[in-house]
Parts: sequence; structure tokens; C-alpha cells
Amino acid sequence: MTDQQFAIDVADMTAVYHEQPVLWDVDLQVPAGVLMAIVGPNGAGKTTLIKCILGLIKPVAGQVLVQGKPYKDRRDRVAYVPQRGSVDWDFPTNVLDVVEMGRYGALGWWKRPGKRERDAAMHALEKVGMAEFAHRQISQLSGGQQQRVFLARALAQDADIYLMDEPFQGVDAVTERAIIDLLRELRAAGKTVVAVHHDLQTVPEYFDWVLLMNIRKIASGPVDEVFTEENLRLTYGGVVAFMQAPNGSTAAAVDTESVA
Amino acid sequence: MDTVTSIAVLSVLPDILHDLIFDYTLRTVALGAAVIGIVAGALGAFAVLRRQSLVGDAMSHAALPGIGIAYLVTGRKENLVLLTGAAIAGWLATLAVLGIVRRSRVKFDSALGLMLSVFFGFGLMVLTYIQRRPDASQAGLDKFLFGQAATLVQGEVRNMAIAGGLALAVLLFLWKSFKLISFDMDFASSIGYPVRVLDVLLTTLVVVAIVLGLQAVGVVLMSAMIVAPAAAARQWTNRLGVMVLLSAFFGALAGVTGAALSATQRHLPTGPTIVVCVSAIVLISLLLAPNRGLVWAWFARRRKGEELRRTLAAADAAHGGPRILIEENS
Repeated sequence: MTDQQFAIDVADMTAVYHEQPVLWDVDLQVPAGVLMAIVGPNGAGKTTLIKCILGLIKPVAGQVLVQGKPYKDRRDRVAYVPQRGSVDWDFPTNVLDVVEMGRYGALGWWKRPGKRERDAAMHALEKVGMAEFAHRQISQLSGGQQQRVFLARALAQDADIYLMDEPFQGVDAVTERAIIDLLRELRAAGKTVVAVHHDLQTVPEYFDWVLLMNIRKIASGPVDEVFTEENLRLTYGGVVAFMQAPNGSTAAAVDTESVA
Repeated sequence: MDTVTSIAVLSVLPDILHDLIFDYTLRTVALGAAVIGIVAGALGAFAVLRRQSLVGDAMSHAALPGIGIAYLVTGRKENLVLLTGAAIAGWLATLAVLGIVRRSRVKFDSALGLMLSVFFGFGLMVLTYIQRRPDASQAGLDKFLFGQAATLVQGEVRNMAIAGGLALAVLLFLWKSFKLISFDMDFASSIGYPVRVLDVLLTTLVVVAIVLGLQAVGVVLMSAMIVAPAAAARQWTNRLGVMVLLSAFFGALAGVTGAALSATQRHLPTGPTIVVCVSAIVLISLLLAPNRGLVWAWFARRRKGEELRRTLAAADAAHGGPRILIEENS
């Protein structure tokens, strides 16, 4: 074990879908303890990259090391928050049950959850401010509440590394604030957080590390160093409108329609 | 004529109840149908929640050529032989569907439709060929088309109960895992659950449930026993455990009622009769279930509308004059 060990180390990652490359030769090192955004236009392979790290998609080339080991030896240290829309929220179950699923990895695939799992789930729900919704049917949740339930499930996993696919998608301003506070708390506790993010305006405010990608990696590193006009233009193909924020930092807005 | 028939049916009702317990044939048929209903209902709940209701349809239709080929190859008509053939064919069709979806751009529904008709058409061909052969021993295979519960014997029902009991035991043992992959496959995979194995296992259990019902219900309508009880049960509850239990109960209820009716009336094929019964359960559930039922929703809408009108009226009074209301029927 060296001090310079990365939380996630991706090398030469290449994935194709129907003979189209969706991820091309991506190298990425994520230091432990950063709060990192993955940004890029629609179809840039952000979700694919996360799924390749988690072994959900089989890449045609490349390898992943998590804390210096293959993912399967470290998956108890990794928590995953899928896109909210990837599941059927009309599934007949309640909030507490979904959050308990965060303990299923530790539980093994045949043992039944008990009081310990329920307590862990309740604790996670308290952290996301959803404790009073524990017995609510999941189909009755708003988008922001669904997102917080998924976050609570990840918190219940009690991992070192959190991979989140669009945790801010479709949530209101208050929920976004609550979620970012939570992510900062995780970072303060020494955890590593990687999140696919769409709002370029808030990248410098929310995150300290960033990966810009569009099938290929454009740049990755500290936000102050790599979140530049030049890199954004390379990522989004020159349709980024830049605004000079009052404090002198560069903020950018993207006309995503014309990119897609 | 109709009233005469219904009076006749009503007058034999006490006899049917008596026979259900004391008549060998009827008791056997009812027990068999109950086993089918319970197993198909419980496993069907998972098929429906995973949006694989139509997979059951493809599986059961695809079982037909399996039955025919098993007979042609072995020359035997024992259920074990024929149903093994059915299970293999149903399974192959499912694998073919999943394979087509994974490897081509053909969508799920098209792949299902394709496999269903290819296998079923081939099955009808095999069956026709068998029936035209000179040896007389072929008779009876066509019962698998629409089912003939009256042909069940006690030993077969016992075997069905054993196989179905095993399937339910596996379901109970892996309950948590099956729930997890049904709700969130990617997450399950990320925490190291063997999702492929679990997926195949759950699909296999559904195949078992279908095969159990082929003799009594038939390949054409067996899928209704997978889908209908589960769809009805979903209307009444928001809890997975309750839904599975309720689905099993609805399946058994429809199975016993349908089988008893068809066994006591001449020329009433069991499959269609059971399906009529289960359809009645679905209809009642769609209309009357609290929260999700249509009648319930209609009353809730009306109540909300009235509340809104009252609030508006109160606001009008506060303003000191009526506001312009749009007439509901204009």
C-alpha cells in the first residue's frame, strides 16, 4: 500500500455498442477523498464509464483497479447510485425496504435482513431527511424523494467510494442543496464521490475534481486547473456560451439541444 | 334455454361441493388445479413485476413442439417424458428471445411474437403429423392444446405438488435475491449478486409453473394463469409478500372453480373455463380494488372536484361576488 494509491484507476477503457465506440481508450485516475464531477454532452459515455467501472458492462478493452485491486475484490467498498429512471417506482415495496437493499451486499445472497439491517437503513434515511417516509409506498414519492431514497441506500452500504449517475437529475433547488451538503459531508469523512453532472454552472461550486469527456477523455484533474474554456470547447464542440461570473471564475452554459 | 341451463347448474351446485370432497375424479381435478393455480400465481407475480408477462405466453406456446417431439423420439406418452420435452422447448424459446434481443436490434416484443408463432406453428405441424400416422397410439396429445383436467390421476397430481412445492421452496429461499433483481438488476449486480444465475433460475421456475399446468389448462391459455392472478393481486396491495400470496390464492380459486365446472359438464375444456374464472377475478379487481380500482378512482375524482368547487365558492363569498365559473358540460 502506497500513499499514492488511487481510489479508482481506469486504464485504456474502450466499450462499443452495436459496433459504435461509446467509450474510447479512457484513462482516469481518481485520487481518494475527492468530490469529482463527470461532465460531457449526451451520449458522451458517462454512464457507460461508470457501468464499466462497476463491471455492469463488459468493455472490449481496458482494466479497472479500485483501491489497487480488481473491482470484484473491492465491491464492498463501493456504493452505486443508478439513474433514478432506471427502475420501476411502481414496484410493490416501501422506502425502508429499498434502503435496506444497501445492506444486501454485506448480507450475502441468501441470508434474510433483520433488525441490524433495519437500523442501518433508518439511520441512512435520517441522514437524507427522509426518516418519516420510511413506510411510504415508493410509488408515492416525488422525484427528489426518490433520489434521496437512492442516496440513502448508497449510504447504508457504508462504502469508501460512491459512484452516482446523475444524482441531481430532476430534483428541485432545495433537494439539490441537501444532496450537495451530503456529498460534502462524505468528502469530509474521507470518502471519494464521483457523480455524473449536467449543470456546468455549478461544477466549480460543488466539486473539486472533474473529468471532461466526450467518448474520449478530454481532461481530468482539479477543477481550477482543467475546467477551462478551452477544455469545455473541446468537450462540447464549440457551442458553449461563456459568462464571466462576478467573482472572476469562468462559468459556462451549454446549449445542449444543438449538441444532441 | 339459457335459463334452463343456469337453473340446472344452480341445482347441481350442492352436488359439486359434495363431489369435490368425495368424488375421486373431481377431487383429483380440483387438487391439481389448485396446485397449478398456487404455483403459477406465486411465480407469475414475479414475471409480471419484471415485465415478463409475455415471456410466459411465448414459453407455454413454445412447449407444444417439445411435447410432440418428445413423443416422436421416445414413442412414449408418460407425462414425465412429454412434459420434460415441453420444459426444454419452452426454455429454448425463452433463451432464443433473450438472445435475439441481446444480439440484434430486434425489440423484445417482436422477438417474443416471432418465437411464439414459430414454435407454436411448428408444434401444430408436429402434432398433425403424429395424428396422421397409421398407429393408433397417438390419440390424446391434442389435450395439451386446450387442456383436459379430467384426465388427471392422483399420482400425477402428487408429482405436480412435489415439483410445485420444490419451485416454491426455491422462491422462498431466494426471496430477497429475487426481489432485488426484479427491482434493480444493475444495483444487484454492482453488489456482487450473481444476477445471470438468479435471472435464469427465476425464469426456470416460471417454466416449471407453466409445464405443471399444460395437461390441465393447455399451452394456449396457460399464460393466463401466470399473468392474470398477479395482475389482479397487484390491484389490492402495495406489498410484495402480500401480492404473491394473494396471487397464489386467486390462481387456486380460479383453478378449482374452472376445473370443477369443466369436469362436471361434458365437452367443456378446462383451460378456457379456468381462464373465464380468472378473468372474472381480474375484472372485479380492476373495478373494485381500493386506491387502484376504477370505481375507487372515479369516486376520488368526484370528491376532489366537489372540494374544489366548495373552496371556490368560499373564495367567492370572501370576495363578495360570484366569479365566472365554466359549466362542466359546456
